[in-house]
Amino acid sequence: MSDTPSVDSKQSPLHELHVAAGASFTDFGGWQMPVSYGSDLTEHHAVRNAAGIFDVSHMGNISVTGEDAAAFLDYALAGKLSTTGLMQAKYSLLLDSNGGIIDDLIVYHNAANEYAVVVNAGNRDAAFAAFSERAAGFKNLTVRDISDDVAILAIQGPRALEVLETTEGLRIMEGQPALRDVKNYWSTAGWFGDGSVLIARTGYTGEDGFELYVDEADAVGLWQALLVAGEPLGLTPAGLASRDTLRLEAGMPLYGHELGRDIRPAQAGLGRVVALTKEGDFVGRGAIEAGLPDGARVLVGLVTEGRRAGRAGYAVFDGDTDVGVITSGALSPTLGHPIAMAMVDPALTEIGTELTIDVRGTRIPATVTALPFYKREKN
Amino acid sequence: MANTADLKYTRDHEWIALDGETVTIGITDYAADQLGDVVYVDLPAAGSAIEGGKVVGEIESTKSVGELFAPVDGTVVESNQAVIDNPQLVNDDPFGEGWMIKVTIDPSTLSGTLTEDEYRALVAE
Repeated sequence: MSDTPSVDSKQSPLHELHVAAGASFTDFGGWQMPVSYGSDLTEHHAVRNAAGIFDVSHMGNISVTGEDAAAFLDYALAGKLSTTGLMQAKYSLLLDSNGGIIDDLIVYHNAANEYAVVVNAGNRDAAFAAFSERAAGFKNLTVRDISDDVAILAIQGPRALEVLETTEGLRIMEGQPALRDVKNYWSTAGWFGDGSVLIARTGYTGEDGFELYVDEADAVGLWQALLVAGEPLGLTPAGLASRDTLRLEAGMPLYGHELGRDIRPAQAGLGRVVALTKEGDFVGRGAIEAGLPDGARVLVGLVTEGRRAGRAGYAVFDGDTDVGVITSGALSPTLGHPIAMAMVDPALTEIGTELTIDVRGTRIPATVTALPFYKREKN
Repeated sequence: MANTADLKYTRDHEWIALDGETVTIGITDYAADQLGDVVYVDLPAAGSAIEGGKVVGEIESTKSVGELFAPVDGTVVESNQAVIDNPQLVNDDPFGEGWMIKVTIDPSTLSGTLTEDEYRALVAE
């Protein structure tokens, strides 16, 4: 009924803790990762209402350093990375020469001429190969896959800041901004014991929160310390199942669903991520400048009534005409009705358009709606 | 909750409780765990004829859809309204309040089922 972890799948440095906490596991991008620790709905609501802690150590991590690092990233990626501030993070895309998406990723500018590029686990090898190939023309540049040295813990939810501020042994480095002064998509640097921690205000849930990058040797101690501080505040370990419903509510794309080699950024609503105004060439520029092919499908949000959700792969109809396909769908735990993202014909993207979804033989009415489905109230 | 040692099991991760010509069918704790939190259950109405091996119902979690198979031919005498109204019962009490349907069958047609030990060995693989 679900993917059985393959024997050769990798394990996070936190694996034994997950086993002890009663997690069920799935194979995700070649890693054996927790799906949930008992109830994915409880974990989902904990993140919306208090905080959840996710092990995302499966994510790939590519270090890009050297005097040419910024120029390299501007060439290798769709966005303009050379203008990111020190300790700033930026979401970007790795395109192929046809403008298709090899991966979506976050670039962290951690020090002068030092960047960490965090990629999807399943695309780690493809991304590293593309980076290595694109590095050929740059002299003062080192590109390394450091994924196996780094553990990543995500603390997400309205109480995430309080959790971090009260965690024993976690302290901010001298001269670095306090946690509460770190803006969205910026970072600070800290210590946990003798180990350094990069603390970024980023995430994949639609809530406020932080992602902590630590040496894998420090991961177990940090996870435990965060839980000790966080449990009185409602912090709950959370797995991939809730991570998926959280990101879907937040309208965030998932590679392999809303993004892929056969999808251009503009189709997925990510045209703004491509910096056509930056000087110089970048991989995919020509194809993107040529524009989308006529009739290229684009991503929309769909909402339906009742409780039967449209799922990835289900067809979308306008009357009797097949006009698209669902890329992700679930019953929204927060909203209480089904939500889905779908790629549909470009004429049908207007908010309020009435379509139907084929849910295993039954046509269910669906309405095109604005993304995201859920947006947190900001302070 | 039924004594799980007295139940029969199928390779589709269902349990069957025999009571004369009436059987109660549900999904196992293993199946419920694999699905995750169940949020929607669709069951055949009382009076429906069901055919062995065919899909007769759906059990949806936030992340996936599971199917309920008819283990043998029969006629539905009752579907569990409580589990339709509160799908979380499937996770909370899969062998008890989370039962799915009661069906009248010819007990001699029920073959190929597993004992609890055999079923546990199957899911431990």
